[in-house]
Amino acid sequence: MNELPSFDANLEQEFGLINPVMPYLRQDRIPHIWCPGCGIGTTVNCFARALTDSGMDLDKVAIVSGIGCTGRVAGYMNLDSFHTTHGRAIPFATGLKLANPGMKVVVYSGDGDLTAIGGNHFVHAARRNMDLMVVCVNNFTYGMTGGQVAPTTPVGPSQTTMPYGNFENPFNLPFLADACGAVYVARWTVYHVKQLAKALLEGLHKKGFVFIEAMSPCPTLYSRRNRLGDGVDQLKYYKEKSVIRNGADTKEVGIAYQGEIVVGKFVDRDRPTWLDSMNEHYGKVFGDRFTPYGVTDGQE
Amino acid sequence: MSEATPVKKGKGTVFVRMEICKGCSFCIDFCPTHCIEFSREFNAKGYHFPVLPRPEDCTGCDLCGLYCPDFAIYGVKFKDIEKRRQAAAPEPLVPAQP
Repeated sequence: MNELPSFDANLEQEFGLINPVMPYLRQDRIPHIWCPGCGIGTTVNCFARALTDSGMDLDKVAIVSGIGCTGRVAGYMNLDSFHTTHGRAIPFATGLKLANPGMKVVVYSGDGDLTAIGGNHFVHAARRNMDLMVVCVNNFTYGMTGGQVAPTTPVGPSQTTMPYGNFENPFNLPFLADACGAVYVARWTVYHVKQLAKALLEGLHKKGFVFIEAMSPCPTLYSRRNRLGDGVDQLKYYKEKSVIRNGADTKEVGIAYQGEIVVGKFVDRDRPTWLDSMNEHYGKVFGDRFTPYGVTDGQE
Repeated sequence: MSEATPVKKGKGTVFVRMEICKGCSFCIDFCPTHCIEFSREFNAKGYHFPVLPRPEDCTGCDLCGLYCPDFAIYGVKFKDIEKRRQAAAPEPLVPAQP
Protein backbone atom coordinates (compact mmCIF):
# COMPACT_ATOMS: atom_id res chain seq x y z
CA MET A 1 0.00 0.00 0.00
CA ASN A 2 1.06 3.51 -0.62
CA GLU A 3 1.49 4.92 2.86
CA LEU A 4 3.67 7.85 2.03
CA PRO A 5 2.13 10.97 3.55
CA SER A 6 1.71 13.71 1.00
CA PHE A 7 3.11 16.28 3.38
CA ASP A 8 6.35 17.51 1.88
CA ALA A 9 7.87 19.76 4.50
CA ASN A 10 10.87 20.66 2.37
CA LEU A 11 8.80 21.91 -0.52
CA GLU A 12 6.52 23.80 1.82
CA GLN A 13 9.37 25.47 3.67
CA GLU A 14 11.41 26.21 0.60
CA PHE A 15 8.74 28.28 -1.06
CA GLY A 16 7.11 29.66 2.05
CA LEU A 17 3.83 28.01 1.23
CA ILE A 18 1.10 28.36 3.78
CA ASN A 19 -2.51 27.36 4.03
CA PRO A 20 -4.41 30.43 2.73
CA VAL A 21 -6.62 30.53 5.81
CA MET A 22 -3.76 30.46 8.33
CA PRO A 23 -2.97 34.22 8.28
CA TYR A 24 -6.54 34.83 9.43
CA LEU A 25 -6.33 32.50 12.42
CA ARG A 26 -4.80 32.85 15.86
CA GLN A 27 -2.22 30.12 15.54
CA ASP A 28 -1.88 29.48 19.25
CA ARG A 29 -5.55 28.47 19.48
CA ILE A 30 -5.41 25.85 16.71
CA PRO A 31 -6.52 23.01 16.77
CA HIS A 32 -10.00 24.28 17.53
CA ILE A 33 -12.59 22.53 19.68
CA TRP A 34 -15.23 21.91 17.00
CA CYS A 35 -16.24 18.29 16.55
CA PRO A 36 -15.02 16.18 13.64
CA GLY A 37 -17.51 16.71 10.83
CA CYS A 38 -18.75 20.08 12.05
CA GLY A 39 -19.10 22.59 9.25
CA ILE A 40 -18.26 25.79 11.12
CA GLY A 41 -14.58 25.54 10.15
CA THR A 42 -15.63 25.33 6.52
CA THR A 43 -17.58 28.57 6.82
CA VAL A 44 -14.49 30.15 8.38
CA ASN A 45 -12.51 29.02 5.33
CA CYS A 46 -15.07 30.66 3.07
CA PHE A 47 -14.98 33.84 5.14
CA ALA A 48 -11.20 33.95 4.99
CA ARG A 49 -11.37 33.47 1.24
CA ALA A 50 -13.89 36.29 0.96
CA LEU A 51 -11.65 38.58 3.05
CA THR A 52 -8.70 37.79 0.79
CA ASP A 53 -10.71 38.47 -2.34
CA SER A 54 -12.22 41.68 -0.98
CA GLY A 55 -8.79 43.24 -0.48
CA MET A 56 -10.02 45.06 2.60
CA ASP A 57 -7.77 46.61 5.17
CA LEU A 58 -8.01 44.04 7.93
CA ASP A 59 -7.59 46.74 10.56
CA LYS A 60 -10.99 48.01 9.50
CA VAL A 61 -12.79 44.71 9.84
CA ALA A 62 -14.17 43.63 13.20
CA ILE A 63 -15.86 40.37 14.01
CA VAL A 64 -18.35 40.01 16.83
CA SER A 65 -19.95 36.81 17.97
CA GLY A 66 -22.21 35.58 20.70
CA ILE A 67 -22.17 32.39 22.70
CA GLY A 68 -22.21 28.93 21.22
CA CYS A 69 -20.12 26.76 18.98
CA THR A 70 -20.19 29.38 16.24
CA GLY A 71 -19.52 32.05 18.83
CA ARG A 72 -15.99 30.72 19.09
CA VAL A 73 -15.20 32.01 15.61
CA ALA A 74 -14.42 35.43 17.05
CA GLY A 75 -11.81 33.82 19.26
CA TYR A 76 -10.14 31.96 16.44
CA MET A 77 -10.03 34.75 13.85
CA ASN A 78 -7.00 36.99 13.92
CA LEU A 79 -9.05 40.16 13.46
CA ASP A 80 -10.35 42.70 15.92
CA SER A 81 -12.90 40.53 17.62
CA PHE A 82 -15.23 40.43 20.56
CA HIS A 83 -17.02 37.51 22.16
CA THR A 84 -20.15 38.96 23.71
CA THR A 85 -22.72 37.62 26.13
CA HIS A 86 -25.42 35.32 24.90
CA GLY A 87 -27.51 36.82 22.12
CA ARG A 88 -26.01 40.27 22.38
CA ALA A 89 -23.68 40.15 19.41
CA ILE A 90 -25.85 42.47 17.32
CA PRO A 91 -26.26 45.22 19.97
CA PHE A 92 -22.51 45.22 20.58
CA ALA A 93 -21.84 45.31 16.86
CA THR A 94 -24.32 48.17 16.46
CA GLY A 95 -22.45 50.19 19.05
CA LEU A 96 -19.14 49.34 17.43
CA LYS A 97 -20.42 50.39 14.04
CA LEU A 98 -21.87 53.68 15.26
CA ALA A 99 -18.72 54.58 17.19
CA ASN A 100 -16.47 53.70 14.23
CA PRO A 101 -18.54 54.30 11.10
CA GLY A 102 -15.57 53.44 8.90
CA MET A 103 -15.39 49.93 10.23
CA LYS A 104 -16.90 46.88 8.58
CA VAL A 105 -18.51 44.96 11.40
CA VAL A 106 -19.30 41.30 10.90
CA VAL A 107 -21.55 39.41 13.30
CA TYR A 108 -20.75 35.73 13.14
CA SER A 109 -22.97 33.59 15.27
CA GLY A 110 -25.24 30.60 15.44
CA ASP A 111 -28.95 30.21 14.92
CA GLY A 112 -29.77 29.88 18.62
CA ASP A 113 -27.74 32.92 19.58
CA LEU A 114 -28.98 35.18 16.80
CA THR A 115 -32.63 34.24 16.50
CA ALA A 116 -33.65 32.87 19.89
CA ILE A 117 -31.80 34.67 22.66
CA GLY A 118 -30.92 37.59 20.40
CA GLY A 119 -34.01 37.37 18.21
CA ASN A 120 -35.31 40.77 19.21
CA HIS A 121 -31.99 42.44 18.42
CA PHE A 122 -31.85 40.70 15.07
CA VAL A 123 -35.32 41.91 14.13
CA HIS A 124 -34.63 45.50 15.10
CA ALA A 125 -31.19 45.73 13.53
CA ALA A 126 -32.73 44.53 10.27
CA ARG A 127 -35.60 46.99 10.66
CA ARG A 128 -33.19 49.91 11.16
CA ASN A 129 -30.99 48.63 8.35
CA MET A 130 -27.93 48.88 10.52
CA ASP A 131 -24.79 48.52 8.41
CA LEU A 132 -23.77 45.06 9.63
CA MET A 133 -23.03 41.78 7.98
CA VAL A 134 -24.68 38.96 9.88
CA VAL A 135 -23.48 35.43 9.20
CA CYS A 136 -25.75 32.86 10.79
CA VAL A 137 -24.42 29.32 10.91
CA ASN A 138 -27.58 27.23 11.16
CA ASN A 139 -27.18 23.72 12.50
CA PHE A 140 -30.80 23.24 13.66
CA THR A 141 -29.88 22.82 17.32
CA TYR A 142 -28.13 24.26 20.34
CA GLY A 143 -24.81 22.52 19.96
CA MET A 144 -22.74 23.72 22.88
CA THR A 145 -25.40 23.33 25.56
CA GLY A 146 -26.37 19.79 24.65
CA GLY A 147 -28.84 19.56 21.79
CA GLN A 148 -31.94 21.44 22.94
CA VAL A 149 -34.65 22.47 20.49
CA ALA A 150 -33.65 25.65 18.67
CA PRO A 151 -36.02 28.01 16.87
CA THR A 152 -34.77 26.57 13.59
CA THR A 153 -35.25 22.88 14.42
CA PRO A 154 -37.64 21.47 11.82
CA VAL A 155 -40.74 19.53 12.82
CA GLY A 156 -39.88 15.89 13.38
CA PRO A 157 -36.41 15.24 14.76
CA SER A 158 -35.85 14.22 18.34
CA GLN A 159 -33.88 16.57 20.58
CA THR A 160 -32.95 16.44 24.24
CA THR A 161 -35.84 18.72 25.21
CA MET A 162 -38.19 17.05 22.72
CA PRO A 163 -37.38 13.34 23.07
CA TYR A 164 -40.49 12.28 21.13
CA GLY A 165 -39.80 14.59 18.23
CA ASN A 166 -40.13 18.31 17.78
CA PHE A 167 -43.59 19.70 17.00
CA GLU A 168 -42.85 23.42 17.08
CA ASN A 169 -42.98 25.33 13.85
CA PRO A 170 -39.44 26.50 12.98
CA PHE A 171 -38.29 29.91 11.82
CA ASN A 172 -37.74 30.50 8.15
CA LEU A 173 -34.71 32.73 8.64
CA PRO A 174 -34.44 34.26 5.13
CA PHE A 175 -38.14 35.17 5.29
CA LEU A 176 -37.68 36.71 8.74
CA ALA A 177 -34.72 38.79 7.57
CA ASP A 178 -36.48 39.78 4.35
CA ALA A 179 -39.66 40.80 6.15
CA CYS A 180 -37.70 42.88 8.65
CA GLY A 181 -35.96 44.75 5.86
CA ALA A 182 -32.53 43.24 5.28
CA VAL A 183 -30.95 44.44 2.05
CA TYR A 184 -29.11 41.24 1.20
CA VAL A 185 -30.40 37.78 2.09
CA ALA A 186 -28.73 34.58 0.96
CA ARG A 187 -28.66 31.00 2.09
CA TRP A 188 -26.01 28.45 1.25
CA THR A 189 -24.99 25.18 2.78
CA VAL A 190 -21.53 24.09 3.81
CA TYR A 191 -21.51 21.92 0.70
CA HIS A 192 -21.67 25.04 -1.52
CA VAL A 193 -18.29 26.43 -0.48
CA LYS A 194 -17.57 28.49 -3.59
CA GLN A 195 -21.01 30.06 -3.60
CA LEU A 196 -20.82 30.75 0.12
CA ALA A 197 -17.45 32.45 -0.29
CA LYS A 198 -18.89 34.56 -3.10
CA ALA A 199 -21.94 35.50 -1.05
CA LEU A 200 -19.69 36.50 1.85
CA LEU A 201 -17.61 38.61 -0.51
CA GLU A 202 -20.72 40.35 -1.84
CA GLY A 203 -21.89 40.84 1.71
CA LEU A 204 -18.61 42.50 2.68
CA HIS A 205 -19.08 45.05 -0.08
CA LYS A 206 -22.78 45.61 0.50
CA LYS A 207 -23.93 48.55 2.57
CA GLY A 208 -26.76 47.84 4.98
CA PHE A 209 -28.03 44.84 6.90
CA VAL A 210 -26.68 41.75 5.17
CA PHE A 211 -27.94 38.36 6.28
CA ILE A 212 -26.25 35.17 5.12
CA GLU A 213 -27.41 31.82 6.41
CA ALA A 214 -24.94 28.94 6.18
CA MET A 215 -26.42 25.52 6.88
CA SER A 216 -23.96 23.37 8.74
CA PRO A 217 -24.13 19.80 10.05
CA CYS A 218 -24.05 19.06 13.78
CA PRO A 219 -22.82 15.48 13.78
CA THR A 220 -22.50 15.10 17.53
CA LEU A 221 -25.97 16.14 18.65
CA TYR A 222 -28.44 16.62 15.82
CA SER A 223 -27.27 13.95 13.41
CA ARG A 224 -26.31 11.25 15.88
CA ARG A 225 -29.48 11.62 17.91
CA ASN A 226 -31.58 11.26 14.78
CA ARG A 227 -29.38 8.60 13.17
CA LEU A 228 -28.53 10.79 10.20
CA GLY A 229 -24.94 9.65 10.00
CA ASP A 230 -21.79 11.69 10.22
CA GLY A 231 -21.04 15.23 9.12
CA VAL A 232 -20.11 14.08 5.66
CA ASP A 233 -23.46 12.26 5.32
CA GLN A 234 -25.21 15.55 6.05
CA LEU A 235 -23.11 17.21 3.37
CA LYS A 236 -24.17 14.52 0.92
CA TYR A 237 -27.78 15.22 1.90
CA TYR A 238 -27.18 18.92 1.17
CA LYS A 239 -25.71 17.95 -2.17
CA GLU A 240 -28.69 15.78 -3.14
CA LYS A 241 -31.57 17.79 -1.75
CA SER A 242 -30.53 21.39 -2.28
CA VAL A 243 -32.02 23.37 -5.12
CA ILE A 244 -30.39 26.59 -6.27
CA ARG A 245 -33.09 29.16 -6.84
CA ASN A 246 -31.70 32.67 -6.91
CA GLY A 247 -34.27 35.37 -6.32
CA ALA A 248 -36.80 32.90 -4.92
CA ASP A 249 -39.69 34.17 -2.84
CA THR A 250 -38.42 33.88 0.72
CA LYS A 251 -41.88 32.77 1.87
CA GLU A 252 -41.32 29.49 0.12
CA VAL A 253 -37.85 28.60 1.36
CA GLY A 254 -38.80 26.98 4.67
CA ILE A 255 -37.06 23.74 5.54
CA ALA A 256 -38.75 20.44 6.35
CA TYR A 257 -36.97 17.63 8.19
CA GLN A 258 -34.48 16.12 5.71
CA GLY A 259 -36.48 17.80 2.98
CA GLU A 260 -35.58 20.04 0.10
CA ILE A 261 -33.32 23.00 0.87
CA VAL A 262 -33.75 26.00 -1.37
CA VAL A 263 -30.44 27.85 -1.56
CA GLY A 264 -29.36 30.96 -3.37
CA LYS A 265 -29.33 34.71 -3.17
CA PHE A 266 -32.90 35.70 -2.38
CA VAL A 267 -32.82 39.44 -1.82
CA ASP A 268 -30.45 42.13 -3.06
CA ARG A 269 -31.85 45.64 -2.80
CA ASP A 270 -30.86 49.07 -1.58
CA ARG A 271 -32.29 50.99 1.35
CA PRO A 272 -30.82 53.92 3.27
CA THR A 273 -28.92 52.71 6.31
CA TRP A 274 -29.62 53.94 9.80
CA LEU A 275 -26.78 56.49 9.68
CA ASP A 276 -27.85 57.76 6.26
CA SER A 277 -31.43 58.18 7.45
CA MET A 278 -30.27 59.99 10.57
CA ASN A 279 -28.04 62.36 8.63
CA GLU A 280 -30.76 63.09 6.12
CA HIS A 281 -33.42 63.65 8.74
CA TYR A 282 -31.37 65.89 11.02
CA GLY A 283 -30.02 67.69 8.00
CA LYS A 284 -33.59 68.61 7.15
CA VAL A 285 -34.55 69.51 10.71
CA PHE A 286 -31.46 71.47 11.77
CA GLY A 287 -30.11 72.65 8.45
CA ASP A 288 -26.55 74.00 8.61
CA ARG A 289 -26.29 73.57 12.36
CA PHE A 290 -26.02 69.80 11.91
CA THR A 291 -22.75 68.13 10.90
CA PRO A 292 -23.36 64.78 9.21
CA TYR A 293 -21.80 61.91 11.14
CA GLY A 294 -19.78 59.06 9.70
CA VAL A 295 -19.94 59.91 6.01
CA THR A 296 -16.33 60.80 5.28
CA ASP A 297 -14.38 57.85 6.62
CA GLY A 298 -16.36 54.99 5.18
CA GLN A 299 -14.37 52.06 3.87
CA GLU A 300 -15.06 51.72 0.18
CA MET B 1 8.77 -1.37 -19.96
CA SER B 2 8.70 1.20 -17.26
CA GLU B 3 11.04 3.26 -19.40
CA ALA B 4 8.54 3.38 -22.22
CA THR B 5 5.50 4.17 -20.11
CA PRO B 6 5.10 7.92 -19.94
CA VAL B 7 4.71 8.99 -16.33
CA LYS B 8 1.75 11.31 -16.00
CA LYS B 9 2.69 14.19 -13.79
CA GLY B 10 0.04 15.89 -11.72
CA LYS B 11 -0.71 19.58 -11.94
CA GLY B 12 -0.57 20.15 -8.24
CA THR B 13 -0.24 18.66 -4.82
CA VAL B 14 -1.72 18.88 -1.36
CA PHE B 15 -0.10 19.60 1.98
CA VAL B 16 -1.54 18.01 5.11
CA ARG B 17 -0.92 18.98 8.69
CA MET B 18 -1.73 15.54 9.96
CA GLU B 19 -1.53 16.44 13.64
CA ILE B 20 -4.59 18.72 13.52
CA CYS B 21 -6.72 16.56 11.21
CA LYS B 22 -9.89 15.11 12.74
CA GLY B 23 -10.68 12.62 10.01
CA CYS B 24 -14.04 14.08 8.92
CA SER B 25 -13.43 12.88 5.30
CA PHE B 26 -14.79 16.07 3.68
CA CYS B 27 -11.68 16.36 1.51
CA ILE B 28 -11.86 12.70 0.53
CA ASP B 29 -15.53 12.65 -0.43
CA PHE B 30 -15.62 15.96 -2.26
CA CYS B 31 -12.30 15.91 -4.10
CA PRO B 32 -13.26 16.46 -7.76
CA THR B 33 -10.71 13.94 -9.00
CA HIS B 34 -10.96 11.49 -6.07
CA CYS B 35 -7.23 11.44 -5.56
CA ILE B 36 -7.23 11.71 -1.74
CA GLU B 37 -7.71 8.76 0.59
CA PHE B 38 -7.48 7.93 4.26
CA SER B 39 -4.12 6.81 5.52
CA ARG B 40 -3.81 3.54 7.36
CA GLU B 41 -1.86 5.22 10.15
CA PHE B 42 -3.30 7.26 12.94
CA ASN B 43 -2.26 10.67 14.11
CA ALA B 44 -1.63 11.47 17.77
CA LYS B 45 -5.34 11.87 18.47
CA GLY B 46 -6.27 8.59 16.82
CA TYR B 47 -7.73 9.89 13.58
CA HIS B 48 -6.88 8.68 10.10
CA PHE B 49 -5.52 11.64 8.17
CA PRO B 50 -5.69 12.06 4.38
CA VAL B 51 -2.90 11.08 2.02
CA LEU B 52 -2.46 11.48 -1.72
CA PRO B 53 -2.12 8.01 -3.23
CA ARG B 54 -2.74 9.22 -6.78
CA PRO B 55 -0.68 12.40 -7.10
CA GLU B 56 -0.93 12.27 -10.89
CA ASP B 57 -4.65 13.11 -10.61
CA CYS B 58 -4.28 16.08 -8.28
CA THR B 59 -4.88 19.43 -9.95
CA GLY B 60 -4.07 21.56 -6.91
CA CYS B 61 -7.49 23.19 -7.08
CA ASP B 62 -7.56 23.74 -3.28
CA LEU B 63 -11.18 22.64 -2.96
CA CYS B 64 -10.03 20.33 -0.16
CA GLY B 65 -8.58 23.38 1.55
CA LEU B 66 -11.88 25.20 1.21
CA TYR B 67 -13.80 22.25 2.65
CA CYS B 68 -11.46 21.32 5.47
CA PRO B 69 -13.09 22.44 8.74
CA ASP B 70 -9.86 21.87 10.65
CA PHE B 71 -7.57 23.92 8.37
CA ALA B 72 -5.39 20.83 8.03
CA ILE B 73 -5.12 20.44 4.24
CA TYR B 74 -4.64 22.72 1.28
CA GLY B 75 -3.78 22.31 -2.35
CA VAL B 76 -1.22 24.17 -4.45
CA LYS B 77 -0.75 24.21 -8.19
CA PHE B 78 2.78 23.44 -9.43
CA LYS B 79 2.34 26.48 -11.67
CA ASP B 80 2.11 28.69 -8.60
CA ILE B 81 5.10 27.00 -6.96
CA GLU B 82 7.07 27.59 -10.13
CA LYS B 83 6.08 31.24 -10.10
CA ARG B 84 7.28 31.53 -6.52
CA ARG B 85 10.52 29.79 -7.42
CA GLN B 86 11.16 32.26 -10.24
CA ALA B 87 10.21 35.22 -8.10
CA ALA B 88 12.48 34.08 -5.31
CA ALA B 89 15.47 33.22 -7.50
CA PRO B 90 16.85 36.71 -8.31
CA GLU B 91 16.93 37.67 -4.66
CA PRO B 92 20.27 36.79 -3.08
CA LEU B 93 20.13 35.10 0.28
CA VAL B 94 20.88 37.66 2.96
CA PRO B 95 22.48 36.14 6.04
CA ALA B 96 20.88 37.18 9.28
CA GLN B 97 22.84 40.04 10.85
CA PRO B 98 22.83 40.59 14.59
